[in-house]
Amino acid sequence: MTKHKAIEVHNLTKRFGAFKAVDDISFEVYAGEIFGFIGANGAGKTTAMRILCGLLKPSEGKAEVAGFNIDNQSHLIKENIGYMSQRFSLYEDLTVEENLRLYGGIYGIPKKELNPRIDEQLQVLNFMDSKKTLVETLPLGWKQKLAFIAATIHRPKIVFLDEPTGGVDPITRRQFWELIYQAADSGITVFVTTHYMDEAEYCDRVSIMADGKIKALNTPKQLKIDFQASSMDGVFDAIAKTSKRSEI
Amino acid sequence: MKQFWIFVKKEFRHILRDLWSTIIVLVLPILMIVLFGFGISSEMKSTAFGVLNIQENSRGLQIVENMDQSDFFELKSSYPTEQSLENAFKAGEIRFAIVFGKEQIRLIADATDPNSASTMVAYASGIIGQFFQNQNPSITPKIKSEIKLLYNPSLKGTYNTVPGIIGMVLLLISAMMSSVSIAKEKEMGSMELLLISKLKPMTLILSKLLPYFVLSNVNLLSTLILGHYLLEVPINGSLISILLFSELYLLLSLSIGLLISSVTDSQLVALLLSGMGMILPVVMLSGLLFPIDNMPLILQWLSNIVPAKWYIDGLRKLMIMGLGWSDVIKELMILCLLFTVCLTLSLKRFKTRLE
Amino acid sequence: MNIVEIHNLSKSFKTQENALSNINLEIREGEIFGFIGPDGAGKTTLFRILATLLKPSSGKSYVFSKDTVEDYLDIRGNIGYMPGKFSLYGDLTVLENLEVFAGLYKIDTFKNKDLIDPVYKQLAPFSNRRAADLSGGMKQKLALCCAIVHKPKLLFLDEPTTGVDPSSRKDFWRIIKLLQKEGITIIASTPYMDEASLCDRIALIQKGEILSISTPEELISNYPGDLYSVSSSSMYPLLKFLKNQDFISSVFPFGDTHHIRLNSNISRESAEIAIESSGFDQIEIKKIQPSIEDCFMYLSTRAYDEA
Repeated sequence: MTKHKAIEVHNLTKRFGAFKAVDDISFEVYAGEIFGFIGANGAGKTTAMRILCGLLKPSEGKAEVAGFNIDNQSHLIKENIGYMSQRFSLYEDLTVEENLRLYGGIYGIPKKELNPRIDEQLQVLNFMDSKKTLVETLPLGWKQKLAFIAATIHRPKIVFLDEPTGGVDPITRRQFWELIYQAADSGITVFVTTHYMDEAEYCDRVSIMADGKIKALNTPKQLKIDFQASSMDGVFDAIAKTSKRSEI
Repeated sequence: MKQFWIFVKKEFRHILRDLWSTIIVLVLPILMIVLFGFGISSEMKSTAFGVLNIQENSRGLQIVENMDQSDFFELKSSYPTEQSLENAFKAGEIRFAIVFGKEQIRLIADATDPNSASTMVAYASGIIGQFFQNQNPSITPKIKSEIKLLYNPSLKGTYNTVPGIIGMVLLLISAMMSSVSIAKEKEMGSMELLLISKLKPMTLILSKLLPYFVLSNVNLLSTLILGHYLLEVPINGSLISILLFSELYLLLSLSIGLLISSVTDSQLVALLLSGMGMILPVVMLSGLLFPIDNMPLILQWLSNIVPAKWYIDGLRKLMIMGLGWSDVIKELMILCLLFTVCLTLSLKRFKTRLE
Repeated sequence: MNIVEIHNLSKSFKTQENALSNINLEIREGEIFGFIGPDGAGKTTLFRILATLLKPSSGKSYVFSKDTVEDYLDIRGNIGYMPGKFSLYGDLTVLENLEVFAGLYKIDTFKNKDLIDPVYKQLAPFSNRRAADLSGGMKQKLALCCAIVHKPKLLFLDEPTTGVDPSSRKDFWRIIKLLQKEGITIIASTPYMDEASLCDRIALIQKGEILSISTPEELISNYPGDLYSVSSSSMYPLLKFLKNQDFISSVFPFGDTHHIRLNSNISRESAEIAIESSGFDQIEIKKIQPSIEDCFMYLSTRAYDEA
């Protein structure tokens, strides 16, 4: 079975002055995969992610995201991906519905399609009662789930999630991952970073970055075998021990 | 005591490391003095004027020549008829006109700006009166409105405005500087850490006042120097009294900023309140642009709590009129009072908890 | 001695009713006490009340046997506090920040050198770097240093490891244990369940309410009923299947397995048979010991059901 590639990265490097934040990385992500992108702070994963989202230009190397190359088609990339970060998700002083309409509008979804789609997604989450609630009054877990909906409202081919579950309660965290599973099931490729090592287990494949390089990339199961660890926690520890750039 | 100096050092570090803000705070007063000094100057220069019926009066030609030779007026043209004179006014070609008659000389001024109109009349009357005086030293010329201008006989506008500008600039800049500093601690969260120690609010407040006091003095010196050397405002009184009087005003301005800081947790709000919020009362009610005596009673009353008003009055007395301490006692006492009130209020309103 | 006592404490804000509801607990001198709960649970609010920065809406709290409202000045100066958000001076260097906070407590910067050394020696290479330019983990270490520079008897750590990667987190807790050895009582909060086992006693907190207070071991041994892990080669379809079985009372994904609780009306054997006949590949079912996270999830679902 030839798997369609959602993301292709070849020898990507990003320098800030003399500092190589991303050092010659290459990998592929297949369509419909849940791809985990793990690494300590300072390892280079945020920089790499920004490049793939079309927000930063690389110093060297090539990459194709959703079929578009990052050099001169970054605007097309942006139209075809979703992005969700922990730091900013929704506008606090708008309601749930207003936020979703806003995002839908930004991605150019016609009104006729948008409203039923919003309702459909809110039904799935059991959020219909909170449609007209201001986001700032919602608990964090709800906000994160909603942000995910907003990031995928336009049914992008790939969605990038930057530590989407930080600080969220364990139950909501798992509900969030069910959303991720559902999205992957429907064909959306999910590119996610996280600090929770148990979440790394939910991914189809995981890449671990350290010192700007990819130190390991495989299924969680294989990584545990390769690093002789009983959990992804152990795998991460083993790699972190050998990295020089844990604290800049 | 050591604790106090550690915090003063800290404030200085913040100031020096936020280089751009510091530069703005030191350069802005210079800019404002130059712009306002040259811009607002109610001085008249080269106002275009026209004449009518110059032949009616034997002295007409000479008077017109005197007018033209002065810095303030420039002869545009002689007009044949009253209608053509009026057209010239309407077209904006001239803003002033002299109409000569056998026995009388009429002055017509463009009064769309009443302030400059009256100034024009005054200048012209001055020149004409001077002419007649020279002709016939024994006869006092009959000028209907006798205008006596003390301390500013050549009607140099900057004498009026420069102290006003200095007062406005120092108040605004000092208040803005200090207002942001406490609000910043609250906004960044460091206030929490300061609160759980036994740091006395007074120590914190004074340690923040001191560095900004130093900066404000730099501003004081630069504005005085510019005012004197660039805008040619005299320093007729003792420099020491001017400086000491100004120090009190600076302390007051800083304490106003602190008071604003104690009211809000946000740097932006603090800045808006002390900048935008204060600029209007200071500009309108301090006597800088508009004479307070012409205002409705309630505004006159309000102007009494605008610190700039008292400072500008006092500064004019000390600087331009060359008076001494005894003449500014009232201003001194009021500034002292306002300072004490502000400082006390800042202390009282200082929140020892987060709510 | 109880270094902290809380009686019937509640706190409401204008924007949030019942940020804390009827909290009752004691914290003993010398222990490491952990508050485990997600964002919005009320941990920061509680810490601020104990640190005398906020007043409770009702109820009382005592630190060093002093009322946190009436006698707050007796408490201040003797506690250390590390807020959840980085609150040091970003434009000052590591050393300058330390000087400010030592000066705040009127002591020499390195008066308690032995105490801060375990942390400081990691910061020392960066002593002239501006705090804002430090990495997340280093910032937290600096904040910790500044919080203990005056050797307080009681230390509040509000989510000290949030946003920090797993290895740095472990590092941090190692240092906390060292501080405990120096006689400092430590009250910490964290959303990371695995850090709970590093505390002497823990309070699980959710939506302003305490779900339980016990040692980590007690919490686990008090877990009612049995917990099983189930895995197969296709985890998500398995999850969907398990959710639909009415003999399963709860199922949660847990990394490479799913944790399930059975309803009382079925035996383990029958459940195993039912699952194995689902048709999934490589099914493995094991009875497991619950983790802190399992306990937390059980208690918070029960609280939700009871509400």
